[in-house]
Amino acid sequence: MADFRMPSLGADMERGTLLEWRVAPGDRVARGQIVALVDTEKAEIEVECWQSGVVEALYAEVGQTLPVGAPLARLREEGEAPRAPTVAPAPPPVPPRERIAAAPLRAAAAAPALAPAPAPAPAPAPAPATALEPVPAGRIHASPLARRLARERGLDLAALAGSGPGGAIVAEDVRRGAPVAAVEAASVPRDRREGMRRAIAAAMARSKREIPHYYLATSFDCARALAWLRERNQTRSVAERALPIALLLAATAKALRKAPELSGAYVDGGFRAAQGIHVGVVVSLRGGGLAAPVLRDADRLSLDELMRALAEQTQRAREGRLRSGDVSEASITVTSLGDLGVETVFPVIHPPQVAIVGFGRIADAPVAVDGMLAVRPVVHCTLAADHRVSDGMRGARFLAEVGRLLGRPEEL
Amino acid sequence: MSREEIRALVLTQLGRIAPEADLAALPDSALLREELELDSMDFLHFATALHDALGVDIPESDYEHIASLRGCVDYLSARKAR
Repeated sequence: MADFRMPSLGADMERGTLLEWRVAPGDRVARGQIVALVDTEKAEIEVECWQSGVVEALYAEVGQTLPVGAPLARLREEGEAPRAPTVAPAPPPVPPRERIAAAPLRAAAAAPALAPAPAPAPAPAPAPATALEPVPAGRIHASPLARRLARERGLDLAALAGSGPGGAIVAEDVRRGAPVAAVEAASVPRDRREGMRRAIAAAMARSKREIPHYYLATSFDCARALAWLRERNQTRSVAERALPIALLLAATAKALRKAPELSGAYVDGGFRAAQGIHVGVVVSLRGGGLAAPVLRDADRLSLDELMRALAEQTQRAREGRLRSGDVSEASITVTSLGDLGVETVFPVIHPPQVAIVGFGRIADAPVAVDGMLAVRPVVHCTLAADHRVSDGMRGARFLAEVGRLLGRPEEL
Repeated sequence: MSREEIRALVLTQLGRIAPEADLAALPDSALLREELELDSMDFLHFATALHDALGVDIPESDYEHIASLRGCVDYLSARKAR
């Protein structure tokens, strides 16, 4: 038996609002299945379940705002006897905004989405709680969010097929059913944009207030890497091609293996090294604002795997349908503004992380090669790192390793 | 497939990537990446979508030919006529 809890969908998330259940009591869920839609104020996130089992009870109701770590549902493993009906543990009330920072949520925030329940009840009994109200004849079964979206888009719910629990129409069904070119990512509601702006403001102000940044900048000759990539892409269909940013990300991730002080979190007055290299990639959203989906264990991904994950996550971020796995905590962030013509980025660390890497555009520049002047494609790379955790020497070695790897693209 | 059909299909794909854009007002000669603020990932998705819809695989070396709406329609019409 295990409780499915409100996950931490980003280091700065303190609470979330349940927008939809995608499962009902009695449903079997598989590891990785999307079970709920949660509003974090910054974005709507599809929450995946990281354990297989059967949904026994739904504790949380659609529309409820709950702190990170609050139990949302109870799962039982396949073959496990159903638990006696119990009163759902009353989720702690959400403190008002001004008090929430002081609330002891940190421990819960670090907890995985699924934590084991304290103790199984002895007496097996059926009758799990039913979360879905019986639907009167003629009434269309749809989540409140789906109803709102359909209203905004002028869609008839009756014309849509539901994929939610019991055939209910969920937001995703409305989005799929929206006419082509319907306003999708662009229609970021105003309050969402404001919520995102607030979250960015809070994180960046904290960063500039608390983190003693040091900055290092260098440039890399990308001629060999780009020639290798071009040749590789020539033999592949368009969907299988990699972009130069994938090479830069792969080099960054692999170089971090030798620079553990740059990958982790500064919490409770000390550095906590990350288990694995999880690279957050800044994606600008068309309606304004940012998202930073995370490439988990990025150093262990092949170039094709990394490119595929990057393409899928970027698309999900821009369509406003990121999943909980996409926004789990990053151990470092990479930002690239090269597409906008920026030469050099001076990035700001996203707390509690301790470093961020910035890439500018790859552009032809005069460089000295074997004592001669040559024109080569060059990229400017910057590192901003937390001086409480690392020194310039370590950062310099890391950048040198990124450059060395870009000179050997076949190793990426 | 006629030029008009190809043009409509190109606009449909652009509308999926840049849903907020007023595509009816998009000049035929405008550079798509600048006009619609497409980054390299958007452009890759665009090329992939054209491939999926038309069966035309556009090599990277031909990306310059699909930089504008007119160029895109010309290029795809020629490739489909082959």
